[in-house]
Amino acid sequence: MSEKATVSITVNGKVHEEEVEPRLLLVHFLREHLGLTGTHVGCDTSQCGACTVHIDGASAKSCTVFAAQADGSEVTTIEGVGSQDNLHPMQEGFWEEHGLQCGYCTPGMIMSAINLLNENPKPTEKEIREGIAGNLCRCTGYQHIVKAVQYAAEKGVVR
Amino acid sequence: MTAAERPILPKLVGERIKRREDPRLITGHATYVDDLKLPGLLHLAFKRSDSAHGVIKNIDTSAAEQMPGVELVMTGKQLAEILGPMPIGTPFPSPDHYAIATDRVRYVGEPVAVVVAADRYLARDAADAIEVDIEELPAVVDPEKAMQGEPAAVHEGFENNLAVPYVPGGTGVDPATMEVDNSALDKAFAEADVNISQRMTNQRLAPNAMEPRGVVAHWEPGKEQITIWSGTQNPHILKTMIAAQLGVGQHQVRAIAPEVGGGFGCKINIYGEEYTAAAISRKLGAPVKWIEDRSEAFMATTHGRDILAYVDLAAKRDGTVTALKLRLIADVGAYNMLLTAAVPTLTMLMLNGTYDIPVVRAELTEVFTNKTPTDAYRGAGRPEATYFVERAFDMLAHELGMDPADVRRKNFIKKDAFPYTTQMGAIYDSGDYETALDRALQNAGWEQLKQERDQARAEGRIVGLGLAYYVEVCGLGPSASLPTGGWEHAGVTIERDGRITATTGSSPHGQGNETTFAQMLAEQFGVAFDDVTILHGDTGVVKQGIGTFGSRSQAVGGTVLMNAGEKVKKKMAKFAAAMLDANEDDLVFENGMISVKGSPGSGKTFAEVASFAYVPVPLPPGVEPGLSDEAFWEPENNTYPFGCHIVMMEIDRETGEPRLTKVVAVDDAGTIINPMIVDGQIHGGLAQGIGQAMIEEVVYDEDGQLVTGSFMDYAIPRADDLPWFEMDNTVTTTPVNPMGAKGVGEAGTLGSTPAVVNAAVDALSPFGVKHVDMMLRPEKLWRLMQGGGA
Ligand code: FES
Ligand code: FES
Repeated sequence: MSEKATVSITVNGKVHEEEVEPRLLLVHFLREHLGLTGTHVGCDTSQCGACTVHIDGASAKSCTVFAAQADGSEVTTIEGVGSQDNLHPMQEGFWEEHGLQCGYCTPGMIMSAINLLNENPKPTEKEIREGIAGNLCRCTGYQHIVKAVQYAAEKGVVR
Repeated sequence: MTAAERPILPKLVGERIKRREDPRLITGHATYVDDLKLPGLLHLAFKRSDSAHGVIKNIDTSAAEQMPGVELVMTGKQLAEILGPMPIGTPFPSPDHYAIATDRVRYVGEPVAVVVAADRYLARDAADAIEVDIEELPAVVDPEKAMQGEPAAVHEGFENNLAVPYVPGGTGVDPATMEVDNSALDKAFAEADVNISQRMTNQRLAPNAMEPRGVVAHWEPGKEQITIWSGTQNPHILKTMIAAQLGVGQHQVRAIAPEVGGGFGCKINIYGEEYTAAAISRKLGAPVKWIEDRSEAFMATTHGRDILAYVDLAAKRDGTVTALKLRLIADVGAYNMLLTAAVPTLTMLMLNGTYDIPVVRAELTEVFTNKTPTDAYRGAGRPEATYFVERAFDMLAHELGMDPADVRRKNFIKKDAFPYTTQMGAIYDSGDYETALDRALQNAGWEQLKQERDQARAEGRIVGLGLAYYVEVCGLGPSASLPTGGWEHAGVTIERDGRITATTGSSPHGQGNETTFAQMLAEQFGVAFDDVTILHGDTGVVKQGIGTFGSRSQAVGGTVLMNAGEKVKKKMAKFAAAMLDANEDDLVFENGMISVKGSPGSGKTFAEVASFAYVPVPLPPGVEPGLSDEAFWEPENNTYPFGCHIVMMEIDRETGEPRLTKVVAVDDAGTIINPMIVDGQIHGGLAQGIGQAMIEEVVYDEDGQLVTGSFMDYAIPRADDLPWFEMDNTVTTTPVNPMGAKGVGEAGTLGSTPAVVNAAVDALSPFGVKHVDMMLRPEKLWRLMQGGGA
């Protein structure tokens, strides 16, 4: 535990060089080291998707990746997706369609949904449901999330 | 801008308004407990028992204490010197329950020691380094054996493990003396044409709010005050309990529920980890944080349901139900938590369902076992009642060869019979059960679905239809029915610039009160939605409160907010009257103006009146300066929303896998403030209710080991498990509160669970199946199709 590794990870366009324990999870690197607390932790068995971010453009569960493994990568978190004044269409969709209640699953859900549209810009309802099946939401029953993704797909957003 | 140029403000109440809460949540800027950082923050980790039942022989903390970065290690015995046994909220005798076990462990996951360290990873390492020597005792797992005292006693002094030995209720029971007269019951069963008799279980569930529990406690030495942030549904109750447990005044405690990631009942209870964090922060004079892992949550957060029933129903051949009797046995786990003992009494209360049954009797026993304690879980007692009653009604329909809708219609309490006092003593406020039934049948296309089912069956497919009707008790509730007090509190302030800031004791965790409450206040004052802000969750800001549970936010919290608003509005009218030289009764509040009725151009803006109220020269006679007031309110009765859920299911003949092909919901929650939010609440409830029926079950093995300890073994619904929900509602207002709102937070869980099981039994009826216990594990269904038992 004592020997530390130096990692250089680009997060939301900004390069961060930090000394980390080899066992430090990427999600804790983001949350504790960088203060990017929009990425959440909902389980310890890699099943809930609350921690989903994009690594080099594809979605990944940041609780399943060591910070050291992300060395040299480009990571996008929910904070890098859009801002209050410039919402990403997927964020807009979640707002418009009531795709969230407590909001805890939401950042991970949005990251997965963006990834889904990147791969399949016009998904069917079934494809949306399958595409976000790796993200658990206990509040919404998913129907409004499906609508949120449809909203974003309608806007034709790939970013 | 002149009055004439001011935009006409849109109507707000009853409209689909986007949520105020969302921008911070969708951009990752919301602050949940785990997002908090304080200088010098230390981290807690708990060492938990691997044994279900045993005597603590020795705890060796030396290795943990020597690890660098470890500040403190405490066993239960050491903690007990500064923290007494935990209080509960029910009147039943209860065994002592310490935040950390002192001499015996009684469920897997019970804390045995706590570590305080400089960071979270270190705290975990140190907890893992603690050696615990436990002498195993036989685990008490089966509640019916436990009632015979087998195989062991969970607590000394609780004979036969009886937490609540025997509570009778309903027909023939004298509520004062608890004396029981069986004559009406015996007569009804003796004279019945048909008797239905079935043992049914309502299995144990893990609530699984997506945000696990968490707490930050910060005792400030010198100031002698503590601030405690917790993912709780009721910060004011937390404040009260923390003060009592620390032995300090309530004025020394500030409790804050920051953003809370779902509750579903499991964040009502005040937990040992919260007390421990508070006590340790005081002991060290430093802030401490504890965040639950999901694996911990499966063991250490209260479970829900787990009640079994021996159901007997008597009926005439025409489908008239003449008597219903339930022997209820609740497996409450190892300890009484805040509301543990009360939850099954809500099951009793609701056993009349939506039916005019002349004889209803329930007998309840609550039993301790070596499992995680139970407490409220979405619906808390009412889904259990609905499940038992609605399964029994379906069994009757099947027995008589009647349409399940007709059996229900035959027995409904009629629209003109309200208020209706049930055999169980509930006073149903209002209802129109037939209209919602008709709407659901129509929306589902019931007759056509029956044909489709029959057609599918003829093709050899396994298809079933299920219908269930529910009534729920909500808007809890007069103080007589709630140990915390059954009121709610609100404050309304018109700021100097005319903006409105309000506080509510209903602390939400996803329900959207910041939006719905702002809709109501804005409309009450005739101002723009954006000019109203709702504050909640912080006892330093919100003077008093109870909290969010029992679908009470709208019915109780909403009403008191309007009452506080009304007081301020009256006062504001006095200032406006003075400014306009008019009679205060002649004023109208609209479009951000206060003007004299009939001459809308002549008024003053909100900002003008507010500004005058804070610098009133001259002060109108008999009026105090300023515009701020508060209110308490409690309802005289609960509200009783209702509805009908219909599902269609197909079961794979080869694998036994069930799949829902249709879900239709018609719910009646009375007046609706924001239909989008109401739909969302019902969707979530439907998913949880369907989850219970189909895929969720907490399982313990015979040694009391928790088999379902993570999301690998315990499933909650995923997006592709669910079909599209077809939603509709009827509106039957309640006379209990002036808005006529009944509450909707739990409704979805009530009808969906029995509807799904009814569909499964219908699908399997060609195989002679009359009942199947939840969950609908494919293997179980497959066996039933092979002619074997479940
Ligand atoms: S935190 Fe659950 S999958 Fe990463
Ligand atoms: S919005 Fe609460 S878990 Fe998804």
